Amino acid sequence: MVNKASSLGNKKKMSVADRVIIVFIVALSFTCIVPFLYMIALSLSSNEAIISQKVGLWPVGFTLETYKTILSDVEMLYTLGYSILLTVFYTVVCMFLTICGAYPLTKKRLMGRSFILSALVFTMYFSGGLIPSYMLVKNLGMMNTVWSLVLPGAMSVFNLIILKTFFTSLPESLEESAAIDGCTDMGILMKIVLPLSLPSIATLSLFYAVDRWNGFQDALFYITDKHLYPMQMKLYQIISANQQLDSQHGGEGSAGSFIVPESLKAASVMFTTIPILLIYPKLQKYFVDGVMTGAIKG
Amino acid sequence: MKAVLEQGYASAKKKNKFLHNVKRDKWLYALLLLPFAYILIFRYAPIYGVVMAFQDYNMFAGIKGSEWVGMDVFQFIFQQDSFYRALKNTLLLNVYDLIAGFPAPIILAILLNEVRVAKFKKFSQTVLYLPHFLSWVIIGGMVYLMFSNSGMVNTFLANLGLAKIEFLSQKIPWLMTYISVGVWQQIGWGTIIYLAAMTGINKELYEASDMDGCSRLRKVWHITLPGIKSTINILLILQIGRMVSIGFDRPFVMGNSLVSDYSDVISTFVYRVGISSGDFSQATAVGLFQSVVGLILLIGANYIAKRLGEDGIW
Repeated sequence: MVNKASSLGNKKKMSVADRVIIVFIVALSFTCIVPFLYMIALSLSSNEAIISQKVGLWPVGFTLETYKTILSDVEMLYTLGYSILLTVFYTVVCMFLTICGAYPLTKKRLMGRSFILSALVFTMYFSGGLIPSYMLVKNLGMMNTVWSLVLPGAMSVFNLIILKTFFTSLPESLEESAAIDGCTDMGILMKIVLPLSLPSIATLSLFYAVDRWNGFQDALFYITDKHLYPMQMKLYQIISANQQLDSQHGGEGSAGSFIVPESLKAASVMFTTIPILLIYPKLQKYFVDGVMTGAIKG
Repeated sequence: MKAVLEQGYASAKKKNKFLHNVKRDKWLYALLLLPFAYILIFRYAPIYGVVMAFQDYNMFAGIKGSEWVGMDVFQFIFQQDSFYRALKNTLLLNVYDLIAGFPAPIILAILLNEVRVAKFKKFSQTVLYLPHFLSWVIIGGMVYLMFSNSGMVNTFLANLGLAKIEFLSQKIPWLMTYISVGVWQQIGWGTIIYLAAMTGINKELYEASDMDGCSRLRKVWHITLPGIKSTINILLILQIGRMVSIGFDRPFVMGNSLVSDYSDVISTFVYRVGISSGDFSQATAVGLFQSVVGLILLIGANYIAKRLGEDGIW
């Protein structure tokens, strides 16, 4: 009874300004959902309906044909599996390097600490650029190997600093008492610091995983072997195939020899997005925490 | 004599202490070994690689065997119209991104902060963050399917009896599409850092202003905005420092040959000249130009912010 009264009271307080704000936010949220609805509608519609522009947010001439095509395409499934493995492998390598780098740098007594830190931070603001990195990968013989998609981006200094900030925020007394009990630095890291840092390790792992899953540029630069294409590269090829911008001029379609209908393009977009949508609710929470840690660091 | 001896003794002691410290922390150094090697190879070796910009780089001779040409490469580039086009477009797109994309998350964060229905706020945040997690290839695909001549937006316009707009092949509509999609992708995610800053604002300030009968707008102006001012400053400095650098994926995926007068930027120019045409010296020089100007802008913006009495980034 009391609750009802108070909620009624709240409703009364909702002013015109409140309503305007809510309508605006709802409208903006809609723009984030509509593209997906349209992709789903396109992917489930018949090509005739798409060509005659009948499809809006609801499928016309409902068919599951495109999804059947994708799911029976061995190459597509192979690329999906490969991309997932690549993402997991990349994330493990990245986290290993990041942890190894972050932990020693929390120790103020470490000689050369500030030098190493400045050497790291400098690379955040200055880089050699695309071509020297490309030449490096080439000279190391990593062209057309999985390594070219793993090693060049295998540690983010920004993430390392976030993790270092988190390690520093752990109560010092824990480490001190372990040290008094004869625990070595390695023991402290493995038995105390890491178990206490699982949430931030999860956050950073997700940062890395999303970067790898969404990464496209390095694959375009370093990979020509179809079997090593990650999902984004494959999607790019499907979408840019026979891209017709308008009826008069042909687009810059790269592989114009085969025709990919719009419905298949839409289905491929969904196919690449679904893994992200599946883990998104969990991921979003971790990400927000991670950004907050970064923000507090300032 | 005594002084010299003492000095020698002190330095020996210092050396001993150094060895002692290294020995004590040997495991920590061991841990640092791989990350440090990684930084040296994958971050500093490319910085050394920029010497290609001062050479007539020959792939087979390598950096050691290639001929040094001083500033010739830069002179050549600075005479190229295509370089100026890429530079102009990079600045143009970045300036538009700054004008449209920088205030947008601030405004949205203020609006979200004003929402009192917690569940609605949380749900809309979840939805608004989503575009941040999509790759530019996915977004580019969606934009192509939605905004092409037969796409949803033009179908909608046609149903309203309006003329079609060639969003992807005409310059001004393409530019507007490019910028709005960028704002759309970042607006939600960009609010997080401001919302975090807003939670740090003392609640008593709002209560006191309520007592004084302040309007909502005045509270936003006099309490919320000053409360997030330092966050705004830092992000503005960082963004100004990035004025000459531009990501590769977004212009590459969204651009096409019909709008390349607008969509060809430094990163895509470097890709075309360096990797597609194999002119490594030129592409490296352009990249070096971009890195150096970026660093100067960053330091400059930081300096000005500090002179104005604001917090800098370092």
